Amino acid sequence: MTNGKFFLGRQELLGLAILAALIFIVLPASIDIFRLNLIGKYLTYAFVAIGLVLCWGMGGILSLGQGVFFGIGGYCMAMFLKLESSTPEATKIQSTPGIPDFMDWNQITELPWFWVPFNSLAFTLIAIFVLPAFFAFIIGAAMFKRRVGGVYFAIITQAIAAILTILIIGQQGYTGGVNGITDLRTLLGWDIRTDSAKYVLYFLNGALLIGVLIACQFVLKSKLGRLLVAVRDKEDRVRFSGYDVANFKIFVFCFAAVLSAIGGAMFTLQVGFMSPSFVGIVPSIEMVIYCAVGGRLSIFGAVYGTLLVNWAKTTFSETFPELWLFGLGALFIAVVLVFPNGLSGLYRTNVAPAVDRWLGRSSTSAKPPLEDPQAAE
Amino acid sequence: MNTLGNNTDFLLSIENLSVSFDGFKAVNDLNLYVDENEIHVIIGPNGAGKTTVLDLICGRTRTTDGSIKFRNKELTEMKEHEIVREGVGRKFQNPSIYEDLSVFENLEISFPRGRNVFGALTFKRDDEVIARVNEIAEMVFLDELLDTQAALLSHGQKQWLEIGMLLIQDPELLMLDEPVAGMSVSERKQTAKLLNEITKGRSVLVVEHDMKFVEDIAHRVTVLHQGKILSEGSMAKVQADPKVIDVYLGH
Repeated sequence: MTNGKFFLGRQELLGLAILAALIFIVLPASIDIFRLNLIGKYLTYAFVAIGLVLCWGMGGILSLGQGVFFGIGGYCMAMFLKLESSTPEATKIQSTPGIPDFMDWNQITELPWFWVPFNSLAFTLIAIFVLPAFFAFIIGAAMFKRRVGGVYFAIITQAIAAILTILIIGQQGYTGGVNGITDLRTLLGWDIRTDSAKYVLYFLNGALLIGVLIACQFVLKSKLGRLLVAVRDKEDRVRFSGYDVANFKIFVFCFAAVLSAIGGAMFTLQVGFMSPSFVGIVPSIEMVIYCAVGGRLSIFGAVYGTLLVNWAKTTFSETFPELWLFGLGALFIAVVLVFPNGLSGLYRTNVAPAVDRWLGRSSTSAKPPLEDPQAAE
Repeated sequence: MNTLGNNTDFLLSIENLSVSFDGFKAVNDLNLYVDENEIHVIIGPNGAGKTTVLDLICGRTRTTDGSIKFRNKELTEMKEHEIVREGVGRKFQNPSIYEDLSVFENLEISFPRGRNVFGALTFKRDDEVIARVNEIAEMVFLDELLDTQAALLSHGQKQWLEIGMLLIQDPELLMLDEPVAGMSVSERKQTAKLLNEITKGRSVLVVEHDMKFVEDIAHRVTVLHQGKILSEGSMAKVQADPKVIDVYLGH
């Protein structure tokens, strides 16, 4: 039985330890701050990929719109930082000092009402959790209560990602338009552009990621985790066992949305800007690819998949900028055809039994749920 | 047989039930009653509406007209999971189990506790759950296979597992759709024994084709034909009914 007294088994503790060692020791010790900052940026996508493991891998709900929630988190943080850097002194050359520069360029003379609360860091931090959950709840309730699922759900989430992008670009005066919200400088007076700040943010991001992994492990090891797999396998059976299936789907969709938003907020802090190019259809699908490459059934796999794909993206697009997109497409096809359970699937079949023996226990816990989640609905 | 008394005496009473799909009446003005502790079998030719009746009771299909009362509580307006919580369990025709989970986990999920999101997050596998799962597993002949992944079970074992998943909910009315379809002779005998055992303290409504099996278990038989009741009573009486012989048993 996988369910011992504690929700972290030996395999999981080992996985956490290796990942923590990689993030906190190996990488900072071996690469410069520029590259480390890049890794930090990749790791913010890992939050999204982990959410997709729960939502898609376990629950069979494929969302092609996770960029929406990444964007909500990122924009919340960006709005706060932008307001902080738009003091009347810093913006005194504008026709309306004290408002973000792009508003001034768009002949807006007053801070819009929905920007006002983002003067408060406390409000911003709460919004990063509450807004995506609320938004996901609305979408989830509207879809899952009506039993919309599978491909239809994927298409609708994709449409929402497209709508949000168009909205952001169209409402340039309120959102910064296609350029996004740029020129972010300080967090409560602390300059986030310095090397030391980048180190601090990188470690904060890593710690949050480890925390999120532990939280996900808790969910997966609870009965709710097994229920998600059950819903993916035989939704009707779960329903006729006395469960309101829609509520569980809404929960996991909201949970994944909040994880994505945390990633988005950390992205803004580390990269220093937020734009609609991280919200729309293409980034959302790329995030699904990270998850698929890592293995949609493993939260650890999702992290490594994200790192690998992004590393490849950076390396190849530096050398062959035109070929990268083809490479990404080929990678996705290869994952689907050759190793459908991704890196973690390869790990589970080839490495995990040996690790289990080494840890001194039988290999009963390494049972890969192999059912195809795309067959949901 | 139509001298039906007070409704309140029945566990389940279906009255004037109709459902039509695009004008086709799959069930037409049906009246059906299930007593406490009764094994009631519905038989009939293909397309007679047998499975549809079960679907209507458990809320999978919405009724067009009529009423379904369980312990005098109207089920037609309730959601599926609410009907289950009232005490109606349903087994599907094809074994419907969670293939990726172990036999133990399959049974555990059906244990009637922690059925909302928060309850599922905080659900503890305590002694009560383990004892109950073991007890049910023994009843359905799967006590040796608790750690086996459900996908690896034989067809008959999958059917038993699903029956076990229903038993652990302890429903007052258990509905089984062709429980012995695809089973071997010995599995069939074991299933008949199992059904006779589990009917203590609950009622069972069975849809079945296998006449030998029906004879073994049925207290009362209803013959459906084109969405209507053709005959009702004991197996012997139904088998002797010329109308039934004509359309169904025949030859």
